[in-house]
Order: sequence, then structure tokens, then C-alpha cells
Amino acid sequence: MSDTTISRAATPKASFSLGRLLLEGRAFFALIAIIAVFSFLSPNYLTVGNFLIMASHVAIYGILAIGMLLVILNGGIDLSVGSILALSGVMAGAMMQGIELQALGIILYPPVWAVVVLTCVLGALVGAVNGVLIAWFKVPAFVATLGVMYVARGVALLLTNGLTYNNLSGSADLGNTGFDWLGFNRLGGVPISVLVLAGIAVLAGLMLSRSAFGRWLYASGGNERAADLSGVPVRRVKITVYTLSGMLSAVAGLVLSSQLTSAGPTAGTTYELTAIAAVVIGGAALTGGRGTVRGTMLGAFVIGFLSDGLVIIGVSSYWQTVFTGAVIVLAVLMNSIQYGSRARKG
Amino acid sequence: MTDIPNAKPDLGEVVLAARNVAKSYGQIHALKGVNFDIHRGQVTTLFGENGAGKSTLMKILSGVIQPTAGQIILDGAAVAFDNSTDARNRGISIIHQELSLAPNLSVRDNIFMGREIMGPGGVDFAEEERQTRKLMEGLEEDIDPLTPVEELRLGQQQIVEIARALSVDSRILIMDEPTSALSATEVEVLFKVIRDLKSKGVSIVYISHHLEEALQITDHAVVLRDGTMTAYAPRAEIDLEWIVRNMVGENYDLGSPPGGYGFGNVALSLRDVTVPDPKGADFNVVDRFSLDVRAGEVVCIYGLMGAGRTELLETVAGRLRASTGEVVLEGLEISHLTIAERIARGLALVPEDRQRDGLVQTMSVGQNLSLASIAAFTKGLFTQKKAEQALIEDSIRKVTVKTSGGGAAIGSLSGGNQQKVVIGKMLATNPRVIMLDEPSRGIDIGAKAEVFKLLAERAKQGLAVIYSTSEVGECLSIAHRIIVMHKGRISAEFDSTVSKEKIMAASGESVAA
Repeated sequence: MSDTTISRAATPKASFSLGRLLLEGRAFFALIAIIAVFSFLSPNYLTVGNFLIMASHVAIYGILAIGMLLVILNGGIDLSVGSILALSGVMAGAMMQGIELQALGIILYPPVWAVVVLTCVLGALVGAVNGVLIAWFKVPAFVATLGVMYVARGVALLLTNGLTYNNLSGSADLGNTGFDWLGFNRLGGVPISVLVLAGIAVLAGLMLSRSAFGRWLYASGGNERAADLSGVPVRRVKITVYTLSGMLSAVAGLVLSSQLTSAGPTAGTTYELTAIAAVVIGGAALTGGRGTVRGTMLGAFVIGFLSDGLVIIGVSSYWQTVFTGAVIVLAVLMNSIQYGSRARKG
Repeated sequence: MTDIPNAKPDLGEVVLAARNVAKSYGQIHALKGVNFDIHRGQVTTLFGENGAGKSTLMKILSGVIQPTAGQIILDGAAVAFDNSTDARNRGISIIHQELSLAPNLSVRDNIFMGREIMGPGGVDFAEEERQTRKLMEGLEEDIDPLTPVEELRLGQQQIVEIARALSVDSRILIMDEPTSALSATEVEVLFKVIRDLKSKGVSIVYISHHLEEALQITDHAVVLRDGTMTAYAPRAEIDLEWIVRNMVGENYDLGSPPGGYGFGNVALSLRDVTVPDPKGADFNVVDRFSLDVRAGEVVCIYGLMGAGRTELLETVAGRLRASTGEVVLEGLEISHLTIAERIARGLALVPEDRQRDGLVQTMSVGQNLSLASIAAFTKGLFTQKKAEQALIEDSIRKVTVKTSGGGAAIGSLSGGNQQKVVIGKMLATNPRVIMLDEPSRGIDIGAKAEVFKLLAERAKQGLAVIYSTSEVGECLSIAHRIIVMHKGRISAEFDSTVSKEKIMAASGESVAA
């Protein structure tokens, strides 16, 4: 996975101690430890088949987490991703079931590609609303996205009357089959959703490490005033990250409803928190300016592999919640040790 | 160290002494064994460049940090302070260089923060208010105890900080740059307070970059260089030249304005620029300001804090909006352009506060240097590593940043080198006009001289320079033309042959509130 070396480049050279290594690569070692422990506890854990299934579960969180990473790098937070995911799923579901235009007395059945494009556009628009509220109207990110979280969820419930769209496979006569492709098909044995995640991660990694936009994002997250005075279009950067986060939420919504072949308005509740957790476990600083796609991916896999592992060895789901919480606190603790020590050195 | 002071009979009793005090942070030795004495009822001033170890020493004396070696002797007995509260309880308090006030709380609450006066029914606010009023009277400052600190100007906030230290009734008072935001009148009052404290037997440790000012008040001078004490003498035996010589190790002259070339066309022209108060108050911080700067010319804008210099420069750079007036860059009206567009057309600002506005702390030295010229090394979608590296190395060489390389953390640099990074970042955009807002604040005289040399060289090549400062000496060493700004307007204009006194008089220094 392509990645940026922002934090690494800043590390002094003579610090190649084991403790340092463990601290810097903590998400990676945590993942190794999780895989090792569960492989020992269950013979079914360490199989290619299981890994691919777990990876397809991770895909949803992973895609959300990449969007969240962009927002967090900017020094913000996006609480609306779970709701945008649900709204997008519901909109996709509605389009698959046919859009009735009463005035014309016809029902439109858009082809699947159009459904996908329109859903992504919808997600991007909702994200852009977040961005404009935050960048232009100076609404704190927490509040703006909290509001949009409620609105999007409410609209999703209104659209469906609280019901779920089932049977999204379309029909051959209408020419809109293939919606389940995203969630069920495989290319070379790998689930499409995992490939989508990998593709998005590579693109995001390239964007962060190689593009001017990536540099703008790190700079405005690290010190917005300094970035502004250096000619970085900080408002545009802000709106863009929330738009991208919204769009990625829509992608995650499509993948999820395709995996389930149904779209419900209550899907994705609290997913925003899982996404934030993945970003934090991946070593990003909630204050902005620090974090990598690689770390976030590791964070998403740590959470996904941990909770699936607990299911496989038959631990109650209540315990899963406890474990996930503990991992998050531990991760933040390590972040403060890492960044704290650096700040003191400086 | 060989400079252990000879005890002279007239020096008074030694209350606090440092003996071979050393402090190391890993490989970095901030203090390498320092000896000096603080006498009862007298002022001891510490002189030294940035990074000489002054602040480290003060933090040790006030218990904020502990020394790695050596002893602190209080009233003849060795002591070790656990923390600053411990030191305060033993009668040592400190006025920090950075303001440590809670802006949302009132003056009264800030002064008594952490040591509230308790009455039978909780905090005795009336008594706190009375004492605050008394402190303010002593400092001849008309500040209501119930005003929130955020509504005070910076100088008044510094007064509050001073009042807080005074309210403790300490025997030893450490003042780290107490006057940096004060007007001349306020400095006078502070000095009166200091003399008053001296007569009550309070010992003062004073730190200031403002050498002349410190000489007025001090009884003893201690000079630090690179963590070592280089000199120690009573006031009667020293002068300014002695201090500077001991600070930098040689005679240092900031030079005179670059000469021997003619100016080009008008590069930047300001016409009646008026800027309303950015905080929404009902007055103009810049009032119908007009100025022409030619290519190759260095114009100094001198003024006190709050004269509107920062707002003027930020308006020209595009961060603030002018309500009326024109900003014309090489014949093109640029008032409607964004900051990025102005930079692209050759207008650069080095902001006043490098930590807040200049540097991105989470990025490396190199990434900070290249931040304003990303477009120059971006082809298509991606940045070009090689081109960026070349730009970074070129900048590091040109502005002589002392760093282990472009990958070093920005926090690892000294204040002067950080400032050079900010200047280097803006020079890398190849500007035609560069504006520097108090670029010498908090940097040592050596770094200052290097910055001046750099600006002089670029001016000779045709760069128009606007240099904003509150130090008269700087104006005279760098500028071809000196504009004095007072309350948002030009109050006088001089050429470089003017005397310091004339400039200061025009700034309203003598009548400043």
C-alpha cells in the first residue's frame, strides 16, 4: 500500500531501539498478535477462506476509515458517515426498485452503473454540505456533522417509512441486474469489496504522499493559519475532505447493501465510531496533521480481525465491545506517548 | 567555571545562588555548569542570545525543571525544589515569557488562580477584588478587576501576569522578558515597581532582549553564552558594548542599509488602505494608509504594538480585507485576489508569530520550506521528489538554516533557525515584494545579523522589502526609508539619517497610554 512517511521522516535517526520500533509499528504488531492468538485458539481462523471473509467485513469499515482519516488529518471529525452510508444504501435500494414518476405515469429503472454513480454523487453532496457548514459558516466539525448525522438518518427513515428494501438483485427484463456483484463476486478468488478497498487505499495513499493536495491537507491540519498564509487554499481543502468522506460513505453503503442484498435505514449505526477507532489505532492524531493510510488500514484490520476472531472462538458479543474499547484506549495512550515524547524533544 | 564572583562588601547578602548548575536533554547540554549569586534587594539581569540557556536557568531556579547536576543554594543551604509550587512556597516566583493566563476568566480570577482566598462561604471574591484593585493601582494601570483577560490588549495582559507574581509577596521574583509587549510608559511604571520592591528587600532576576532597557534597572549583569557563564559584573563596571561583546563573543554590528545601487519602479503601492478592527470593534486599525515601495528599496515600518502594522501587512497579504483603498502590485490591483494568487504574483509575507502563523509543527524542516511553492515542483497530479529536494537544499543553503537536513523535525531547530525557515519558505516563492512582520522577535543578535545580510543581498537584486519592527535600532540598520505608524496612520516619514529619538517621538512613545 502506498503511503506517506511524514511522521517517520521527522524521527531522529539514532532511535532504533526495540521499544521505539514496537511503538511506531504498534498497529502492525497488534495485528500479528491478534492473528497469532486466534490461530492458536481456533483451527479455522488461519485459513485463506476465513481471511477473505474477514477482509470483506473489514472492507466496509476500511472504506469509511479512509474518508475519516482525510477528515481527521484536517483536524476535523465526521460523525455523519454511518448515516450517509444508510441514506446512500436506501437511495440505491429505491432506485433498484424503480423510481415512479407519477406525472408521466412511468417507472424508471436505472441501470446499475447509474445507480452506483448517482449514489456516490448523493454521498458527495451530503459530505459537501458538511464541508461548507464547517469551512464557510465556521460551524464546529463535531456539531455540523452531528446535525447532518441526524438529518441523513431521518431522511433515510422517511424515504422508507422505516422499512427495508429487500431483493435488490434487479431483473433481466429491466436490464438492471448485477447489484450483488459488489458484495458477492470475486476476482481471482478475492471478494470485489476487498479489491475496492485496496483500490481506494492505494489512491488515497498516493494522494496523501505524492499530490499537492496531500501536502495541503497535512499542512492545513498541522497549522491552518500557517498553511493559509503560505497560500494553501484551506477552505477548499476542508470542503474536499468532507466531500470525499461523504462519497466514500456512499461507496461503503453500496458495498454493504450489496453484501446483504437489502438496504435498511438503520444500517451503519455507530459505524462512524468504528471508523474513528480505526484511524486512531492506526496512529493518527485527532488534532490533525499526523496519520497515514497504512496505519489506518492496519487499524481497520485490527478491529475487524479482533471482533471476527472473538465470534469464531465463541466469545459473547458483549465481550467484543469491551475488547474493542480497551484496544482503542490503549491505542490513544500509545499515541500520546509517541507524540508526547516528540514534543518534549522539540 | 572560573567566573565565581568575588564577594564585595557592598553587594548585600546572597539569597539565592547557583553552583555548577548543569542541565542536559539527552545529548543536548542546555547548561554546562553555571555559577552566580542573587543579592538581597538588588536586580540581577541575565543577558544572552536565544538558546544561551537563560530560560533553562530560570526554570531551574523557579523549580519548573530540575538540574542534572549542581546545586541551588537558598539562604546558605542547598535546596531541591520539587516543582514550581514548592519554589513559590519558599518565596520564589516567576513571570514567564509566554503569558499563562486563562483568557476567559477575569483579571481577578487570573490573579488568584490556584490560591483563591477562602472565606466562610466559599471564595471571598470581594477581598480578591479589593487586592486586585490595589495591585492595579500600584502598577498605575486602569484595569477593572472583573474584565475578562481576553478583552485586554497584550500589554495589559502582561501587566496582569506581573500583578499575579507580585500578589504572592515573594522574596525572589524572576522576570523573563516582562516588557516585550509594554509601552514605554508602562515600562517606566514597571521599573518604578521594581525599585519599590528592591527597597522592600525583594531580589529580582531580570531577563530581557532589550539591552538598553535592562541596563537602566539592573545592579548586576550575568552573561550566558552556549550554556556557559561568560561574564559577571556589577552595573558600575559595564556598558552596552561589554554586554554585546560577551554575548556574541565578538564585536557585532548590524550594519547600515545596503547601498550603491538605484531603485527600480514602484513594486507595491498602497492607496488609502483602511482596515476595520478584525475583532469587530468600532474603529479602524489601519486608517487611510498610503505607501509606495520601489524595487530594491527597504522600507521600515516602525511603531508600537497595536499601531496597526500587523493588520496592515496581513491585509496586503490577503488574510484581512480592507474596507476601502487599493493595493497595487506592479501595476495590478490585487485587492480581490486570494493569498495564493498574491504569492504567485510575487507578494510574500513573513508573519509576526512564527509558531502560530509561520510553521507547521507536524511537518519536517523541508516540508515547511517547500510549503509555499508546492506548485513549482508539481507536474500533473504528483509532486516531484527530486525537484522538491533541490528546492529544499537550495533554500537551506541560501538562508543558512542550521539543521541536520530537510527531514529534521521543525521543533529541533532554535528560534532563529525556525525564523530563517519561515523566511526561506517565502523567499522560495521568488517574490518581488517581501513583507516581514517583526522578524527579529525572539531571535538572537547573530541570527538577526544574518537575516539582515540576506535581506540586503536580495534588495540589491531588486527585491522590495517592507520591514515592520518595534525596535528603532533595526530600522536604522536596514532601512532606506522609515515610516512611523501610530494608531493606524503614518505619523512621520524619515530617511536613514534620522536619530532614534526623533523616530520614537513620532511613534507616540512618550505619550502612549
